[in-house]
Amino acid sequence: MPFGLLKYGFSRTYPVWRQFPPRPDLKPSYDVVIIGGGGHGLAAAYHLSRYHGITSVAVLDKGYLGGGNTARNTAIIRSNYLTPEGVAFYDEALRLFQGLSHEFDFNILYSERGHLTLAHTDAAIRTSRWRAEVNTHLGVESRLVFPDEIARIEPTLDLSREARYPVLGALYHVPGAVARHDAVAWGYGIRAAERGVELHPMTEVTGIEQADGRVTGVVTDRGTIKCGAVIQAVAGMSSVVAGMAGFKLPIRSIPLQACVSQPLKPFLNTIVVSGSLHIYISQSSRGELVMGSASDPYVLYSTRSSLEFTEGLMGHILELFPFLGDVKLMRQWAGITDMTPDFAPVMGTTPLDGYYIDAGWGTWGFKATPACGKNMAELVATGKVPDMIAPFTLERFHKFRMLGEKGAASVGH
Amino acid sequence: MKILNCPLNGPRNISEFVYGGEVTEMPDPNACSDAEWADYVLMENNTAGVIREWWYHAATAYWFVAERNTVTDEVVRTYPAGALFKERVAFGPPTEEGGR
Repeated sequence: MPFGLLKYGFSRTYPVWRQFPPRPDLKPSYDVVIIGGGGHGLAAAYHLSRYHGITSVAVLDKGYLGGGNTARNTAIIRSNYLTPEGVAFYDEALRLFQGLSHEFDFNILYSERGHLTLAHTDAAIRTSRWRAEVNTHLGVESRLVFPDEIARIEPTLDLSREARYPVLGALYHVPGAVARHDAVAWGYGIRAAERGVELHPMTEVTGIEQADGRVTGVVTDRGTIKCGAVIQAVAGMSSVVAGMAGFKLPIRSIPLQACVSQPLKPFLNTIVVSGSLHIYISQSSRGELVMGSASDPYVLYSTRSSLEFTEGLMGHILELFPFLGDVKLMRQWAGITDMTPDFAPVMGTTPLDGYYIDAGWGTWGFKATPACGKNMAELVATGKVPDMIAPFTLERFHKFRMLGEKGAASVGH
Repeated sequence: MKILNCPLNGPRNISEFVYGGEVTEMPDPNACSDAEWADYVLMENNTAGVIREWWYHAATAYWFVAERNTVTDEVVRTYPAGALFKERVAFGPPTEEGGR
């Protein structure tokens, strides 16, 4: 009906659906202020408003909502970690992700693909076996597979013995998935705003007010607001904001780069990862190959892209998928990660009362979003640290109780 | 390719170097508390701005110091570690007096 369509399009009362309400003026005070309007901050706001009845919440962000690392990750969701604490936590996140589209009544394009972590050395086989055992013990579906089975799971992968680093086996994590990362932030933001949470993009925090060891307010470029509690969820800038609150973090800010190819017909079934080759690759629902590598080799607060990254990454991608030699790269970008010494996040209380930290998200932040938001909200609402996130406390670094997640959290080793 | 000026070898590709973290003052390992040691080993200033940091030229096994802006990635200058460290640090087991 072209006429009906024209009438609709030129109507003066064109019924635009507005995703987020217009930004209101800042009130003088809120029960909870959340610094950082990415997936994590919005998830915490959503859980506070929906499950704990706390709606006097303001989410502040220096830029636009979901425009930081939420928009820059490679959207992979998995729970095949190495430590029991990590596996339990990321598995809670994965299970929440599975039901998120229904919970929001908003499609996050959750797509279960299966996740293959290739092993090219005996040591990698040993780690894969270890992860498979820990995962199975905790009810997570992961198992060690060998080239005959890998060939059935991922037929286009080069499994020849002539390869520079032949594939000896792989950890196959069946529930591994991808989702539309922006939609996760939008879903949380829309539903939180409906319950009364105020969203304040383009609002930069410049200071934290405190009295008697307790947080009392947040100074922003739009004025100062009083608050009962603060959640800091600004991975990438965690040290800078924690510095305003007066404490140090065991974090180095390091860029993580990624890129996408031109769209191709669907051929890649799973998410393929190689720790030895420092790469991961999956195919988006648009057909683009989403590719990433290890984080950059040194500290930098910049989201610049580099030629070294694409050059190194492509060399290794072509070892696994030689037929991609003529495919063009479309875009590349970077996010700033919070790298911790044990490759595990930092969540919980801080030396400043009422100031809660959600940081240390190196290359594992997006996949943790729902579980982190849920547990951080519970912590703020009840004042008690949930068992699920207790091992990730900031205190662990002073008690030498680190979590040793390096073998499963990244490809940079 | 980004170039780093090694005080020993001159300008070389950044891929030949290994990052060693910020230059910070080491507390006396035999005299400081566990918390102070944890702070030194694990906590980071992670400053956004010009900092002094350790770099290592892998091919020649040479450690030196660079002053670099962690926001713009500009290297202000590089120099041998001897410019900062005049005395050799002795890493030994604690003596009976508790000193080194």
